[in-house]
Amino acid sequence: MQFFVSQILSGISLGGQYALIAIGYTMVYGILRLINFAHGDVFMCAGVMMVFMSASMPIYASIPLMLVLTVLLGFVIERAAYKPLRTAPRMSVMISAIGVSYLLQNLALYATGGQPQTYPTLPFISNSVTILGAPTHWVTVITPVLVVLLVLALQWLINHTKIGMAMRAVAKDFETSQLMGIKINRVISVTFIIGSFLAAVGSLLYFTNYPTVVPLSGAMPGLKAFVAAVFGGIGSIPGAVIGAFIIGIVETLIKGTSYTVFSDAFTFALLIIILVVKPTGLFGERATDKV
Amino acid sequence: MREPILKISDLKVNYGGIEAVKGISFDVPEGEIVTLIGSNGAGKSSTLRTIAGLVKPVSGSVALQGEDITGKDPDAIVARGVTLVPEGRRIFPDMTVLENLKIGAYLRKDDLTDDLDWVFSLFPRLKERSWQAGGTLSGGEQQMLAVGRALMSRPRLLMMDEPSLGLAPLVVRDIFSIIQEINKQGVTILLIEQNANMALKIADIGYVLETGRLILSGTGAELLVNEDIKKAYLGA
Ligand SMILES: Nc1ncnc2c1ncn2[C@@H]1O[C@H](COP(=O)(O)OP(=O)(O)O)[C@@H](O)[C@H]1O
Ligand SMILES: [Mg+2]
Repeated sequence: MQFFVSQILSGISLGGQYALIAIGYTMVYGILRLINFAHGDVFMCAGVMMVFMSASMPIYASIPLMLVLTVLLGFVIERAAYKPLRTAPRMSVMISAIGVSYLLQNLALYATGGQPQTYPTLPFISNSVTILGAPTHWVTVITPVLVVLLVLALQWLINHTKIGMAMRAVAKDFETSQLMGIKINRVISVTFIIGSFLAAVGSLLYFTNYPTVVPLSGAMPGLKAFVAAVFGGIGSIPGAVIGAFIIGIVETLIKGTSYTVFSDAFTFALLIIILVVKPTGLFGERATDKV
Repeated sequence: MREPILKISDLKVNYGGIEAVKGISFDVPEGEIVTLIGSNGAGKSSTLRTIAGLVKPVSGSVALQGEDITGKDPDAIVARGVTLVPEGRRIFPDMTVLENLKIGAYLRKDDLTDDLDWVFSLFPRLKERSWQAGGTLSGGEQQMLAVGRALMSRPRLLMMDEPSLGLAPLVVRDIFSIIQEINKQGVTILLIEQNANMALKIADIGYVLETGRLILSGTGAELLVNEDIKKAYLGA
């Protein structure tokens, strides 16, 4: 029982961390119909930056600075690698995204010298706590709460603010949005800023559970989050969040059995099944090709 | 004659190698209804889309009350009081009627109450359906919503791309009488139509566009009785 509780708790927590990454995938897809392959690497860069900054300044300064720099990174990537291709075929933008992904991995390789970097111990959230008799860390408890709060705030932003209205409009129809006076480039930047911010928050929660960060640390969680977004119906924020929780929980439960080697395979089997059985995912809209 | 609100000079628009608009010049006098008629592919939409800033012209100029606005971005054009109701209405289907209207006022920061009242007085149907998703409206109601949404930007010049497209004749008549009403309330109208008959009936001035060139102009009444126009566009 205690083992089960602890598995479920870490599953929920892992799912929440995937959710914070998955939102960035799904929002960018919603607005640009682009799978931003670099998103997982932005997440990794947030981890690497945290390592370096915490070495030279107090944690309370490095956390906000890391958040700001990650947001800036996401913004710059969009402006430099995607915006110039706004009218190019979608495939060109995808290829550009793959290029950015490798670029970030290589920059991280250069910065770390290929050595795994020890992730700092974060105050409080790394502390131990016992929940229903199961020993765990505060991060496990905090993650789902924080995810729910962030998702609620995001939904409020999208449904009840002017910029949110513009985001919904641009996601539907570029040209008509422009005719309303909306500056679409600004809206797209905001989308990348939100996505990068959430990934940066996710990186704090995720890397706390692992001893080190390496240049490929973003690849697996990025891929899992991407599958979560597809599973939930890419373009849908609630879909991505629910998909991420399901994947996080199932993966962790499998890890607790003797089939632990299959825990990653599960995610990808799920991707294939979804693509075959219901390509639009749980909450996805009909595949509309935006004009 | 008053200074025209909009002056188009030698406007050329290309898509890749295709010349869609081959150097046209025309004026839109303030307070009038001007129509641009022509068959499918004549370059009508390209002209309006260029004025609205969605398409950049190869050469020529667009002047709004003496100010050169050629090649400006759409938001800058809307901010100057020139709004386009696009072809096919293009309302936001998942947003409510009210949200569709509010997004039409995206650039405005002042109070919208009076404008919403104005739009609802022009289109009482929209008021009844203000909480309904735009996509659930009928074609005619969607056209009304598209016009109402454009009015929310408080345009001085309202451009409309084939508002009658795909609508039943009775609905078309409603829309055209509302266009006249909007014009009476001081908004200059630039209307493009394949439905030349209806458009010329309400227009002060008409221009005929054929494969990217203006071939004829006159008052709406003159063009309605013109033999060539009758043959080519009025199905007589
Ligand atoms: N986006 C586009 N790309 C390429 N050609 C276009 C595009 N839009 C219009 N055209 C071409 O430009 C010409 C004029 O089109 P358009 O302005 O839409 O005419 P109209 O509105 O009078 O029917 C047509 O030959 C059309 O095929
Ligand atoms: Mg047209």
